[in-house]
Amino acid sequence: MHRKKPGIDRVFHALGDPSRRAIMEKLSEGPISVSRLADPLDITLAAVVQHLQVLEESGLVQTEKVGRVRTCRIEPAGLSVAEQWIGECRSTWERRLDRLGDLLAEPDERD
Amino acid sequence: MKTMEERSVIHSTFVIERNYPVPPERVFGAFADLTKKRRWFVEGGGHEVEHYELDFRVGGKERARFRFKDGTPLKGIACTNDTSYQDIVPNRRIVFASTMALGEKCISASLVTVELLPSETGTDLIFTHQGAFFEGADGPEMREAGWRKLLEQLTEEFPR
Repeated sequence: MHRKKPGIDRVFHALGDPSRRAIMEKLSEGPISVSRLADPLDITLAAVVQHLQVLEESGLVQTEKVGRVRTCRIEPAGLSVAEQWIGECRSTWERRLDRLGDLLAEPDERD
Repeated sequence: MKTMEERSVIHSTFVIERNYPVPPERVFGAFADLTKKRRWFVEGGGHEVEHYELDFRVGGKERARFRFKDGTPLKGIACTNDTSYQDIVPNRRIVFASTMALGEKCISASLVTVELLPSETGTDLIFTHQGAFFEGADGPEMREAGWRKLLEQLTEEFPR
């Protein structure tokens, strides 16, 4: 099954919120149940659920309900959209600096 | 009550290092001279260069505009790069602030530092790019194009 990559603006919007970034940081320690996520972050369970929805829609986290417990974890593929965009900027400059090297390899023309 | 359109920004810094077997003056010259700069900064095939100007001095501007060709998801859309020079130490350091826009929409702003260090073999160049990347454009072209496909096309537009 091919999952469509989330739009870059979705990912940036998701990461633009400090609470959601705090959730991502917490999840980077490992999967955790939704109810346990609320306590250390000092936000209501309802807010956590809303944030997780945004994060899940942007492909950054994945949640799963087993029995009565909903667990969430980071979805590794999600961050790559933002990284790709930033990476493209870097790649563009790497190519430019390579071309600079090619130019400098030519004998210097004096006017 | 009208809600404000939510904005978001991501900051990212990367450093690229190169070594060139020529003195720093030659490397600096390739940044300072319009004809030379154009050859490595602007050219590279794939896209159409609509405009390039360079006024290399503190407070001076560099402006580049490319247009994506047929066969790309951004066909007909212009990509504009606007740069303003903040600090120039001849043969040693260039600091500039740059924005990139797709169509009318500015999508990133960055502060770039180029340091040229003389070495035994020539020049060490340290390129530090500190960027703020904004929410993507919300035009229909951007929505339709999958970002993965877009980035593939951008890679083809700026080939090695």
